[in-house]
Amino acid sequence: MKRYFKDIFQSIWTVLQGMKITGLHLFTRSCTLQYPSVKWELPERSRMRLFNKIEDCIGCGQCVRACPVDCIYMTTEKRNKEEPPIFAADGTPIKLRVTQFDIDMSLCCYCNLCTYPCPTHCLVMTPEYEFAVQAKQDFLYRFAKDEPQAPPKPAPSPRPAGAR
Amino acid sequence: MEYLRELLTQQVAGYDQLPEVLQIFLPMLLACLLCLGLVAFIPLVAIWGERKVSAHMQDRLGPMRVGGWHGWAQTIADGVKLLLKEDIVPAQADRLLFKLAPLVVFAGGFAAFVVLPFGESFIVSDLNIGVLYIAAISSLGVVGIIMAGWASNNKYALFGGMRAAAQIVSYEIPTVLAILTVVIPVGSLSMQEIVRAQSGGVFNWFIFQPVTFLAFWVVYLGTLAEVNRTPFDIPEAESELVAGYHTEYSGMRFAFFFLAEYANMFLVSALATTLFLGGWHGPGFLPGPAWFILKATALVFVQMWLRWTLPRLRVDQLMHVSWKVLLPISFLLVLAAGTLALWREGSP
Repeated sequence: MKRYFKDIFQSIWTVLQGMKITGLHLFTRSCTLQYPSVKWELPERSRMRLFNKIEDCIGCGQCVRACPVDCIYMTTEKRNKEEPPIFAADGTPIKLRVTQFDIDMSLCCYCNLCTYPCPTHCLVMTPEYEFAVQAKQDFLYRFAKDEPQAPPKPAPSPRPAGAR
Repeated sequence: MEYLRELLTQQVAGYDQLPEVLQIFLPMLLACLLCLGLVAFIPLVAIWGERKVSAHMQDRLGPMRVGGWHGWAQTIADGVKLLLKEDIVPAQADRLLFKLAPLVVFAGGFAAFVVLPFGESFIVSDLNIGVLYIAAISSLGVVGIIMAGWASNNKYALFGGMRAAAQIVSYEIPTVLAILTVVIPVGSLSMQEIVRAQSGGVFNWFIFQPVTFLAFWVVYLGTLAEVNRTPFDIPEAESELVAGYHTEYSGMRFAFFFLAEYANMFLVSALATTLFLGGWHGPGFLPGPAWFILKATALVFVQMWLRWTLPRLRVDQLMHVSWKVLLPISFLLVLAAGTLALWREGSP
């Protein structure tokens, strides 16, 4: 009999304790971030969308080899000896003309492995993360600016662009 | 309703020249429309309130977009969505019962609004058996729930229906017994009589009287179980029964169940307000109906508070609370209330 009443009072007491906790949380500041109008400030070195500063790219193709999912497509050709010499920002002479530098961000696994071998540090990951698109092919980012001048040789890239 | 008829007679020129039938019928229609509007409007606010309360108790924000200010139009948008949805009746279902069930559930809650005393003359019909009527008509909902569970031809729905029946029938008994402790000192089953018996200051409310103080908690718990709210929500226990008796329902039929649940929440809170919290009595700076709705809303808020605090009871625990705890207590309370009434009568 004593146990019976003890149980009743204990249950009432524990319910009140629970209600106290939820009641306190009712007046706690909400931790929700109202996304489209308020956004997270991402850290400087976040691994989001890839960017290649094509003016500094020497076309060495180390990023293509490093990529575990083969999402970088690169085509290069030799520059003529007569053309004026150009250099990357760190002074490396650019001997190859990069005619194709495409990154398919729909395949990218954001591992950051491609940026480490880059000798001129022109391939970087940016904190830009809002790049949803309507069509899958819009995920293919084209960075190359130069047009091929010599008649094209059989493509040396592991997979030609657009072929999936 | 008599008040409404008087009002119409005074305000509308030539109203008393209308045929007698119309003179009676028009106030009825008006009162029904008012009630229907209330029954449709209360869930809209209550559902939004529940989402907000639950969100803030979990340190979230809840709906914030629809309608501008704190997502106040979210329920309206959801209602429109439910209205536009396809009306699906399962192939193996009992079509007639399946379509009838939401209406029965809703009608039970709706009909009970008739005797709620919102104000001194703000009551559709002051039946002399008002309390009995409410106890009877609000149990109509369980018939609808069993109909829904059976007609869906789905094991989860049937389980939900059976559980609801067991639960509501069990909790009806301690609730009605605890309500008797109010009826004994008042000596009337009329809702207005009960409210009038609590006039004259806060300390005349039945919640501050010796026996009825305990009865309030029994009634509150019992009615909480009758409207299938957490911690007594085993009929729709989403983690075990998908959605219980309304598993197979979608679109507007589901909305009817949802509407009925929130209308019933307000109904039982209003009943507790009438019986224990002095109904429409309150300090004069607010009109009676405002006090009534305010008190009922506060009780609805506590229901939500409990829901977002407590986990669900097991079936055997549920039966234990009803038959082994609430029932003996309510019997003792009836006994005590009767003794008290006799003693007061004998020693004036």
